[in-house]
Amino acid sequence: MNFDPRFSGRKFASVGTRPIRPDGVDKVTGRARYGADFNMAGQLVGRVLRSPHAHAKIRKIDTSKAEALAGVKAVITAADLPDLTDGDAAMYDILDNCMARTKALYDGHAVAAVAAIDARTARQALKLIEVDYEVLPHVTDVDEAMQHHAPLINDTVFTEGLEEKPVKPSNVTKRSQFGHGDVHQGFGHSDFIVERSFKTEQTHQGYIEPHACVANVSTDGTADLWVCTQGHFVYRQHCAQLLGMEASKLRVTSSEIGGGFGGKTHVWAEPVALALSRKAGRPVKLVMTRDEVFRASGPTSATSIDVKIGARKDGTITAAEATLRYSAGPYAGSWAEIGAMTAFACYRLDNVKTVGFEVLVNRPKTAAYRAPSAPMAAFAVESTVDELAKELGMDPVEFRIRNAAQEGTRSSYGPVYGPIGIGPTLEAVKVHPHMKAPLKKNQGRGMACGFWFNFGGQTCVDLNIGMDGSVSLAVGTVDVGGSRASLSLVAAEELGIDYSQLKAIVADTSSLGYNDMTDGSRGTFSSSMATISAARNAIKILRERAAQMWDISVDDVVWEQGHAVAKGEKHGNLGKLSLKEIAAKSGTTGGPIAGHSELVADGAGVSFATHICDVEVDPETGSTRVIRYTVVQDAGKAVHPTYVEGQYQGGAAQGIGWALNEEYIYGKDGRLQNAGFLDYRIPVCSDLPMIDTQILEIPNPNHPYGVRGVGETSIVPPLAAIANAVSNAAGVRMTHIPMSPPRILAAIEAEREG
Amino acid sequence: MRYIRPLSIEDAVGQLAGSAGLAAILAGGSDLLVRMKGGFVEPELIIDIKSIAGLRDISETADGFSIGAAVPCAVLGENAALKKAWPGVVEAAKLIGSKQVQGRCTIVGNLCNASPAADSVPALVAAGARAAVVGPSGKRTIAVETVPTAPGRTSLAKGEIIEAILLGKRAPRSADAYLRFIPRTEMDIAVVSAGVNLTLDEAGVVTAARVAIGAAAPTVLLVEEGAEALIGRKLDEAALERLAKVCAGACRPIDDKRGTIEFRRKVAGVLARRAAQTAYARAGGK
Repeated sequence: MNFDPRFSGRKFASVGTRPIRPDGVDKVTGRARYGADFNMAGQLVGRVLRSPHAHAKIRKIDTSKAEALAGVKAVITAADLPDLTDGDAAMYDILDNCMARTKALYDGHAVAAVAAIDARTARQALKLIEVDYEVLPHVTDVDEAMQHHAPLINDTVFTEGLEEKPVKPSNVTKRSQFGHGDVHQGFGHSDFIVERSFKTEQTHQGYIEPHACVANVSTDGTADLWVCTQGHFVYRQHCAQLLGMEASKLRVTSSEIGGGFGGKTHVWAEPVALALSRKAGRPVKLVMTRDEVFRASGPTSATSIDVKIGARKDGTITAAEATLRYSAGPYAGSWAEIGAMTAFACYRLDNVKTVGFEVLVNRPKTAAYRAPSAPMAAFAVESTVDELAKELGMDPVEFRIRNAAQEGTRSSYGPVYGPIGIGPTLEAVKVHPHMKAPLKKNQGRGMACGFWFNFGGQTCVDLNIGMDGSVSLAVGTVDVGGSRASLSLVAAEELGIDYSQLKAIVADTSSLGYNDMTDGSRGTFSSSMATISAARNAIKILRERAAQMWDISVDDVVWEQGHAVAKGEKHGNLGKLSLKEIAAKSGTTGGPIAGHSELVADGAGVSFATHICDVEVDPETGSTRVIRYTVVQDAGKAVHPTYVEGQYQGGAAQGIGWALNEEYIYGKDGRLQNAGFLDYRIPVCSDLPMIDTQILEIPNPNHPYGVRGVGETSIVPPLAAIANAVSNAAGVRMTHIPMSPPRILAAIEAEREG
Repeated sequence: MRYIRPLSIEDAVGQLAGSAGLAAILAGGSDLLVRMKGGFVEPELIIDIKSIAGLRDISETADGFSIGAAVPCAVLGENAALKKAWPGVVEAAKLIGSKQVQGRCTIVGNLCNASPAADSVPALVAAGARAAVVGPSGKRTIAVETVPTAPGRTSLAKGEIIEAILLGKRAPRSADAYLRFIPRTEMDIAVVSAGVNLTLDEAGVVTAARVAIGAAAPTVLLVEEGAEALIGRKLDEAALERLAKVCAGACRPIDDKRGTIEFRRKVAGVLARRAAQTAYARAGGK
């Protein structure tokens, strides 16, 4: 199909309105089906046995007593998941993470699993499995893991990306570098240089719904999987590969999703549930407890970052440099690399250099978390930018405007920018009333910028027109933030019909072509592009059918506002035909009417945001309250503005939790101390102010409506904006996230004592 | 597991005393059910005391107030006389968990759970509250601070049940206050806490005081030096400074996931000072 994805300025009828979402009523009335809401006759309960040790060799696992317990239908270990990854290192890591093979690599690492007739029997069976561990020295801190004397997590790892191939194994899997110019020379031209070191602790995505699935492997080797996921097609591929199945024999249906934020892009429990079902010959439901979610799924990297920025007296940055160390859990990752790419992406720099180190630690395998790796880098860079502005005696907004990247700027990670929103978000912040609102005693204001790449990827959509003229839209990107509503608006726009005539669903893996998962803020960007294409293909058929009904040439039929209209003098007597009228006759004019689309959505426009935050710090307790928060972000085009605002607010809310209280706390024994929402403190409602939003629309030239991804960028600036606000309120620079009350109070006391 | 719902306290005591395995008292269940679901306890006998006559009542007597063991904390907040006499106890009870939890949880449960971070306990200790205990050998009343002996452990003997908390009659110009520190605004557990109970004379001089600190030692601390710092003085800056200092000094905290030793000491002093100021103002001090 010839599909032109280029932006064309047009007036919108449906896009930009705010109708009710199609999944809303079921969600607020409890009818919506989430991962744990699927059930099958004869279903067993699956439970996983997890390592209590941070690092231990598994000498032997004896499952005989568990197998002998009445009601136990299957017990599996790594032996039941043979290595079929055929040299694919990333898949091998996923396999090993699902079920430890020779070593337990973190507290919570799965070592065995059972399927039993009920939860009580399953729990009893876990207690009967005997694991003989040889406990090994462990390391959980990112900086300690880089020391030469640190316990080695994997002695086959030699750091990649060094000029000389190392002779000794290390916990650093990779070094990466980005930038251009000569930073040494650049610093030589600066009048002021600020250099700071920062740390951020590990956080979890904190989705309210735990991982949950039901697996049913049939005796003919085909299987079904119902699962809460951000990408059922990817889950199908991974599960099929790990279990030695053909992908088309495994049908994966995604449930409604109670939050993912990147954490539901990886398989953990699903291959285990399938292996249990295969062995037991019955369906198996596996639902993680919250303790398991914290100990074994998620989390983001812990980081240690050094930043150095120099500027001339006039406020021009002459050089910028950063070294970023990101924990990856016990398996190789590219987290520091992404941090190194995003760190200085907001700025126009002649001399810039960033170096990233990926560090193995005895913690759960790092997973994506909403603009993964960018918030920590932005925290370090934007804190340093604020300090430098202070040294220069410049307003922090003016300083950033002076150095902001613009169209034609070569980004710090390589590509040259097209039209971008960093400048406009800063200009909008500069005149925002929030910036002029008075502050009281112990209050402080901070602002910061953030960048995210966004992603497009493989996408497939089906649009089917019923004989009653209603339209069903089947998409393959899981709806995490209202995309069914947004995509219905897009289809309504193209077809020229009312939103109420449409119903969008997320189709299963056997009903639609492959789709990449909902990550990289791609759901609405890529699926709207495919929906536009599918609708245009359907319109072509609608025109043909109208031409047939009128017995004229299709070239004389155009589609206008939901109707086929005959053009040309000789057709002056033909009244227009509505979509409904054409659909009603479809049985006799050639059968069902549908539009399909398969494409790779290229050209996801990069996204920028600037946030403003006011806080009040109690100088006697270190307690912080966020009292006002404003998000300004470029959406390209807000298809459904309410859900765009929701994304802005959601990112800010998660950022507030991360900045102030959320952190993984490990004991000296390498065990996670706070695997629950009581002591892993995500914000509750009363912790948050109403988060104000301002949507800017700088069209993405690579999308017909100008849409950019909006989901992730909103979590990039908050750590930095809040750190700048807290530092201003407390009178001391905060360099360690989260800025929990003990950390703030200690910093205030240290400052007071000089 | 066996669940019973006795209709008299004597029956409950008899069942508890006669139980062979682990027996648990169920009132609101906000601790017990969570611990059972988490797999931390598997009681063989659960004795639900909510149907025992009188245990769901708050009664005002000649000696003060008697709060039944099955009275949910939310109900304390609806009793105007209790709120007026013991505002600190009521505000502490109404900080536990969430609104939903407060609809179930009880102050006797909070006390018998024996957590050093229990919210209502420092307020009860400061209030000089007593626990009415019924056991196989009869009834006795004991000071609440003698109930918890260590985290998760109480001084109650086999078969003993606390049937009520007793709060005394108020002298004129008396009031109490409770403050806790949590990193969030609600749905959290005290990192450190302070309860202060004061009586003033007509000139605003403190004539009686009790000060208690929570989450800073294995059990809630009754800080007698804290009371001494206030008695005989108006709430001047020097008295408050002294109060903060002795409260910080009395703490025997630990470093854990909720806070550091240093933090708990400092904030214990800050909270004691602030709670004293609130109690003083409530008592009519200026």
